[in-house]
Amino acid sequence: MNDAIDRPNAPAAPASREPVSTGSEWTFDLIRKYDEEIAKCAAEFGLDTYPNQIEVISAEQMMDAYSSVGMPVGYNHWSFGKQFLSTSKGYQRGQMGLAYEIVINSNPCIAYLMEENTLPMQALVIAHASYGHNSFFKGNYLFRTWTDASAIIDYLVFARNYVSECEERYGVDAVEEILDSCHALMNYGVDRYKRPAPISAAEEAQRQEEREEYLQRRVNDLWRTIPKMTEDEDPVKRKKRYPEEPQENILYFIEKNAPLLETWQREIIRIVRKLAQYFYPQRQTQVMNEGWATFWHYTLLHRMYEKGLVTDGFMLEFLQSHTSVVYQPPFNSPWYSGINPYTLGFSIFTDLRRICEAPTDEDREWFPDIAGTDWLETLHFAMANFKDESFIQQFLSPKVMRDLKLFAIEDDDLEDSYRVTAIHDEPGYRELREKLARQYNLSYREPNIQVWNVDVRGDRSLTLRHVPVDRVPLGKDTEEVLRHAHRLWGFDVHLESVDEGTLVDEYHCPHPRSSGSS
Amino acid sequence: MGMTHIVDRRLNGKNKSAVNRERFLRRYRHHIKKAVSDAVHRRSITDIERGESVSIPTRDIDEPVFHHGQGGHREMVHPGNREFVAGDRIPKPEGGGGQGQGQGKASPDGEGMDEFAFQITQEEFLNFLFDDLELPNLVRKKLKDTESFNYVRSGFSTQGVPAKLDVVRSLRGAHARRLGLGGARRKKIRELEAQLAELKSAPADLDAAFSHEDQIKALEDEIARLKANVNRIPFIDEIDLRYRQHLKQPKPATSAVMFCLMDVSGSMTQMHKDTAKRFFLLLYLFLKKNYKKIDVVFIRHHTSAKEVDEEEFFYSRETGGTIVSSALKLMHKIIESRYSPAEWNIYAAQASDGDNWNDDSPVCGKLLTERILPLVQYFAYVEITPQDHQMLWYEYEQVRERFPESFALQQIADPSEIYPVFRQLFERKAA
Repeated sequence: MNDAIDRPNAPAAPASREPVSTGSEWTFDLIRKYDEEIAKCAAEFGLDTYPNQIEVISAEQMMDAYSSVGMPVGYNHWSFGKQFLSTSKGYQRGQMGLAYEIVINSNPCIAYLMEENTLPMQALVIAHASYGHNSFFKGNYLFRTWTDASAIIDYLVFARNYVSECEERYGVDAVEEILDSCHALMNYGVDRYKRPAPISAAEEAQRQEEREEYLQRRVNDLWRTIPKMTEDEDPVKRKKRYPEEPQENILYFIEKNAPLLETWQREIIRIVRKLAQYFYPQRQTQVMNEGWATFWHYTLLHRMYEKGLVTDGFMLEFLQSHTSVVYQPPFNSPWYSGINPYTLGFSIFTDLRRICEAPTDEDREWFPDIAGTDWLETLHFAMANFKDESFIQQFLSPKVMRDLKLFAIEDDDLEDSYRVTAIHDEPGYRELREKLARQYNLSYREPNIQVWNVDVRGDRSLTLRHVPVDRVPLGKDTEEVLRHAHRLWGFDVHLESVDEGTLVDEYHCPHPRSSGSS
Repeated sequence: MGMTHIVDRRLNGKNKSAVNRERFLRRYRHHIKKAVSDAVHRRSITDIERGESVSIPTRDIDEPVFHHGQGGHREMVHPGNREFVAGDRIPKPEGGGGQGQGQGKASPDGEGMDEFAFQITQEEFLNFLFDDLELPNLVRKKLKDTESFNYVRSGFSTQGVPAKLDVVRSLRGAHARRLGLGGARRKKIRELEAQLAELKSAPADLDAAFSHEDQIKALEDEIARLKANVNRIPFIDEIDLRYRQHLKQPKPATSAVMFCLMDVSGSMTQMHKDTAKRFFLLLYLFLKKNYKKIDVVFIRHHTSAKEVDEEEFFYSRETGGTIVSSALKLMHKIIESRYSPAEWNIYAAQASDGDNWNDDSPVCGKLLTERILPLVQYFAYVEITPQDHQMLWYEYEQVRERFPESFALQQIADPSEIYPVFRQLFERKAA
């Protein structure tokens, strides 16, 4: 794929070489100087960022950061401890480097530098995180719409304090149970289409008391109808489901409607929900976000090189790291674990620039609106207005498909063999692109499960409905997740898989004892 | 620019994950306890300096989420195509269940992916072990402090806490200072006093510029001024204070030998032996805290006794009857030949299911009271049986009456009952 990584700007006139530094040891002063120079380069390319906060930390602290999904503060839970144990094991065995990943979407944008790294690595991380990811957080529409970078840290502090207060009052076990159950449903704690209200710790705390009362009243309102049930009630009215429309945000529905939850339990559901919502854009923009950051660390450091600010040795070390970041093992390699988002994203952005600067006939045919336009504008437009699915659908070029040698395989349980449906050739490009785009659609990757009905007048049971896509059934965790839903809901929970009006599968918690089939 | 804020966080706490880690261990304490218990079974009783690797089946710690199962129709895009063209068919592996992605994923180092493996530290290891034995916290702490110190005097210092003030030395210093500071002035006073006396005794010189009285007055004033000056020298000053200084010194290292005696006759099951092993382990930990060098001697017996290595001690099987005195005799012989009580602190722990030839028990009592107990610091006996006591127990009860300080016996059916045996020992040491 190296032909995709042409030097972006041919050095016009090798400026007088006055490197910022020549050694590989970093100092705070050097980091400051590099940051200043990288910032100047970023400004040349019009990268718009939040202010940066760069924190130098030790390897142990980096592992701490890893195990709390990069959050500088978080509530306590055993699952983070598990994450920590496996991170530290991987690190001690040398299986993983701890360099690039940790940057969080906050204002100021916090990025971590590990003290063990050499100066070129620090520069790479600054360019990647503090200018690449940072400008993505500030520019991409999903982040702009769904998250509030200025409020997240305060909110996390609020959440941690709230959870630990609950632990004191109700015991660690009780809180852990609720958190376990919330985590199981966390992916179903987001509004996919509605824009949520921005989070604010101050408001949360302030409103908490009023809400306590309010919530309980609301819940009561729903259930007050129960004793009123009479024989002669309008059968049509009784048929009406609650909720009338299926609800995609299961945690929200439970928080607002579960009959037996205590107020603090509702608050904890709310906290998990808010965090899920905060991470939701990240889950939808992995390829773009990493691709963008990788494109910019590559471009910015090359710009530094052109300006004579870094040495050849620096560039060699940098390129070596860069190459391993964008390495894509082929499907039959023992190292293969799916498509590397860094590679895919970096390849698309790099090729997009090529299409703008040096379009071929193929590009003109495929990208008539883009070929030959201003590359910076085009890249910024692509960064700002898409998520992975639409980004791939819009910008994956035949050249990138060829470079990565992409191919699609169909696995149908009705067939006794796999079938290659499209490869990187003329008849396959469009199909391949469509299939790859769909692969990044979260609602295709995760089962579509929504709240279907509550038996308000009967046994108060909650029914969830799963709508299978392409007959793909639910996985083996389903019963277990249902148990968590049952814990939160407090009454029976049912889950039906309904494919085009036909009930194809059902799950119940508690398990009906009489039923013979499982 | 100046938009960027660079912070050095390295000095901030690094153990942010400590609580989460602890939560994890707490949640899976049953798994870990079992791993620790297995490790105790596997390890030498002197091998307690390290943590332990614990594996938990992944399915037990998975966090469940809704996800797709196998089946239906799906398509995946992969990179690195070499020879495929559209329409190619690839047979599915036998037994169906083929999956587009991630099939047969094995970890590169051969460790199974279906186990979640992690390390616990030595401290955590001991904690779980102590949980098993239900050790009180104070004792846990004592056992885990590997080094203990004595404070020895090491001269004096100009700084310290009031409690360590050395009064004599401080006053001596003050005296010297007063002498030093006032010496010249006192000498002057003495001179002036001599002049004054002379002046007073001499007749008045009428030609002098100053009258006789004026001269006397001037001298007297000067003497008074100097005396006041000397008096202003403080009696004791901050710089005079001396404090006794103490240095931490590791406790003098001495040697101890620990005898492990165990009945290995047919009636002792592996369960009995594992309980005994914990008992020996605890004694070893206790000794290790107090002594730099510890020898461990393993004596197993049925009808005859034999000195063996640890492996054989715990894990080989024997059958036959039981003559406890054979072990005591051997122990006494070993003490005489190798461990002179003048140089060694001798501890012994004996584990048995209580079986003995009835004729032999009085022999044991006699051996203990007359020959062994006078030589040893402590002799602990545990009878690992839930059943009624046998002859040996009653014999040993009499021994305890005669040596309440250095002999303990306890019946245990479960590892958690081991600790009381040690209580006396710790209490005695703490006093």
